[in-house]
Amino acid sequence: MSDEIEMEEGGGVVKKFMFLNRKAPYGTIYALEGLEVVLISAAFEQDVCMAFVDDGVYQLMKDVDTSGIEMKNFSKTYRALEGYDIEKLYVERESMELRGLTEDDFIVDVTVLSSAELAALMAEQDVVISH
Amino acid sequence: MKFAILVNEGPYTHQASDSAYQFAKAALAKGHELFRVFFYHDGVNNASRLTVPPQDDRHIVNRWSALAQEHGIDLVVCIAAAQRRGMLDENEMKRQGKDANNIAPGFRISGLGQLVEAGIQADRLVTFGD
Repeated sequence: MSDEIEMEEGGGVVKKFMFLNRKAPYGTIYALEGLEVVLISAAFEQDVCMAFVDDGVYQLMKDVDTSGIEMKNFSKTYRALEGYDIEKLYVERESMELRGLTEDDFIVDVTVLSSAELAALMAEQDVVISH
Repeated sequence: MKFAILVNEGPYTHQASDSAYQFAKAALAKGHELFRVFFYHDGVNNASRLTVPPQDDRHIVNRWSALAQEHGIDLVVCIAAAQRRGMLDENEMKRQGKDANNIAPGFRISGLGQLVEAGIQADRLVTFGD
């Protein structure tokens, strides 16, 4: 791990951060507050990616309407991630298929990885923050 | 090794806070460094000075405060998560025009950048929660 950490100019450390999203967007606050950490992390110029597994894949669904549950709809925030230079979004294939979803159901472009591929990617990270 | 800890669940409801505390104690006893404990999601409730558990039970909040005092541990509560759950320090009480504050000794309120910084500075960031 630490031997792979590169130093950026000025001596700042650049680590690989993965934000791992495992929960549905509504029902609990984890997804919403998890996204707040991701946005803040952009200011630290780290090597950031996001992964979506289990019910976390529902966070990326298109055409979400939250008016019936009187909660703030934060779906559009996922589209804004690109503006924060957070462009590496991974979805676990098994989680997606188990829920009858395809890439066309998502509000942003993602890279679909198998469970094994995602595990390998996770092993490369310096920090995994999981919600 | 330099550790940082993330606590994502409230006290008593969930064992995450107990496990985090026990991990912190064990790491310090082995001579490791604890860079910071960051409280997020319902974890911010670990900082409530108004917590009154039954006398025959552990006092989770006081236990964290004592750890901070004895070992100089930086206990940081996320400001955004704290505010939506009614956790205010004296400054925020005044700024928000509220009539009370409830942050226990040893804790401080700050931003999410403190969590990202902990991830960068520590050798390992260990998460406790669902």
